[in-house]
Amino acid sequence: MGLGKLSFTALKGVFSKPATRRYPFEARPPIAKSRGRIHFDDGKCTYCSLCELKCPPDAIKVDRQGRVFAIDHLLCILCGACVEACQKGSLSMDAKHGEPWTEKQKLSWHTEAPPKPSGDAAPKA
Amino acid sequence: MMIENQPLETVEPAKIAEYAAAKRAGGWRLVQISCTSLADAFELTYSFDKDYALQNARVIQPREGAPLPSITASYLAGFTYENELQDLFGVRLSGLALDFKGQFYRLRAKTPMSEPHVTTKPAAKPAANPTPGN
Amino acid sequence: MGARTIIPFGPQHPVLPEPIHLDLVLEDEKVVEAIPSIGFIHRGLERLAEKKDIHEMAYVSERICGICSFTHGMGYCTAIEAVMKIDVPERGHYLRMIWSEMSRIHSHLLWAGLLADGFGFENLFMQSWRLRERILDLIEETTGGRVIFGSCKIGGSRRDIADDVMARLLKELASLEKDCHAITDTFMEDSTVAKRTRGVGVIAPDDAIALGAVGPMLRASGVASDSRSLGYALYPELSFAPIVEKDGDCWARTAVRVREIYQSFDLIRQCAAKMKPGPVDVKVSGNPSGEYWARLEQPRGEVIYYVKGNGTKNLERYRVRTPTFANVPPLVHMLKNIDLADVPVIVLTIDPCISCTER
Repeated sequence: MGLGKLSFTALKGVFSKPATRRYPFEARPPIAKSRGRIHFDDGKCTYCSLCELKCPPDAIKVDRQGRVFAIDHLLCILCGACVEACQKGSLSMDAKHGEPWTEKQKLSWHTEAPPKPSGDAAPKA
Repeated sequence: MMIENQPLETVEPAKIAEYAAAKRAGGWRLVQISCTSLADAFELTYSFDKDYALQNARVIQPREGAPLPSITASYLAGFTYENELQDLFGVRLSGLALDFKGQFYRLRAKTPMSEPHVTTKPAAKPAANPTPGN
Repeated sequence: MGARTIIPFGPQHPVLPEPIHLDLVLEDEKVVEAIPSIGFIHRGLERLAEKKDIHEMAYVSERICGICSFTHGMGYCTAIEAVMKIDVPERGHYLRMIWSEMSRIHSHLLWAGLLADGFGFENLFMQSWRLRERILDLIEETTGGRVIFGSCKIGGSRRDIADDVMARLLKELASLEKDCHAITDTFMEDSTVAKRTRGVGVIAPDDAIALGAVGPMLRASGVASDSRSLGYALYPELSFAPIVEKDGDCWARTAVRVREIYQSFDLIRQCAAKMKPGPVDVKVSGNPSGEYWARLEQPRGEVIYYVKGNGTKNLERYRVRTPTFANVPPLVHMLKNIDLADVPVIVLTIDPCISCTER
């Protein structure tokens, strides 16, 4: 390598922008359609437990009688099988990777059953 | 998609070393040896390849009785597979060119895959029908 | 004959990203014998088939390895599809081939970096991994995952690549291909790289076959054997010839992998040109009954997926023979009569993937 090429490369290194992102100050925007984290919308859920049936690592537990949806994000492998299985659109895949978990926990949601006669709580029964 | 033609022939346990020697002389390559634990025997499959053609040899080795002859005399590469059979399944072998005596896989549990595979079992997950008191 | 010393190499060693143990028997500086042992990360994934049903096992298969994950999932699905006689739509096959070639590029760039690190060329290591980051971004954009793609399922693929994404993908791949020349030229032409790799760890073609070498190991010794020629997926539709080098040394193995990076770029372009719009998957019902040995070409070589179904939703036997497992006997052979300082380079040129080996 000639001296000219060598000094050109060295000068380029001095005057160009850093090759890396200055991470804590500048985070990468999430890539669309990335499998970041499972998002649960409790308003739409009918507690049919289809997601529990499809979940490969058994991270989702649904109590049909008690109307409880629980997910262990540390067991979840983010395959998206539950999102594909969900008929009510209550589960979705968030493209953003969430904050790291600091302790083992299961997140659970519980909603009271909608009043029987009217059934207007759910948009589509 | 093309589905490969994979002929399978049965070989007596005592004859496997000669069978492998014949394959070696014919210019075949040892592809793999696999083992399935059955209730009273081990079902072993030796696969050989020559010009992208696969040939399988099935050996049923009883759990008790004479040890299985090693094929390492003809295929030295077989020592990894045969030590795997010995360490994971507890298949007894004779005439291994490189015998690790259970130290190839450094596992805490000895022969962890020796029990027969569970073939019939109840559904692991609750059925789709509502079950009261879930 | 000098006094013999035994040097334990691994399970923790700077050149080993994963644990394998080698007992190196030394006479002065010469290695006279190497005794391998494995089992440090044996997880018993093969027996998990008893607990997980056939569809869930596709995810388990992918998790055998963090680098060639896609080809593992694809191998498993190919085996099950062959047993169940499922006809995967054409577009499903093309998507699978694109992703498996992308994983090959990513794996070879990762390996190139590790090799550079192994002989002390830190800058080359960082540049290789910087390029790999770009292919990982493309993988994330098309499949949703960076390392575990999760896009292969029994009956096809789980995602489709939209036309605009495909156009962007091809453009980015073309620019990546151009940038790859900077590092691969260094691997091929730099005198320091050649000093560490030329004539080191030579394995003759006959020995390579006899010892069961697979993949780039075998092709670097002059044997044209590539499982993609078997005709799984739609590889027969593409123009493709195995890449072969003659010398059988560490340099030849590097050259095979470097040339395979460019071959993969070319295969992706061919796939993109031949792809037609259409369905990507078919609905799968029923359970497998029968057995099949699926053979696929991973970045590291030929992988065997053996599945045996008995008509239930759990497989009776699920076995994986990974390329590194087959490459252990050639490694032991190569480690005889060499200098101790060459051990890391030789170990790295088989592209060891110990998680694969032990399942």
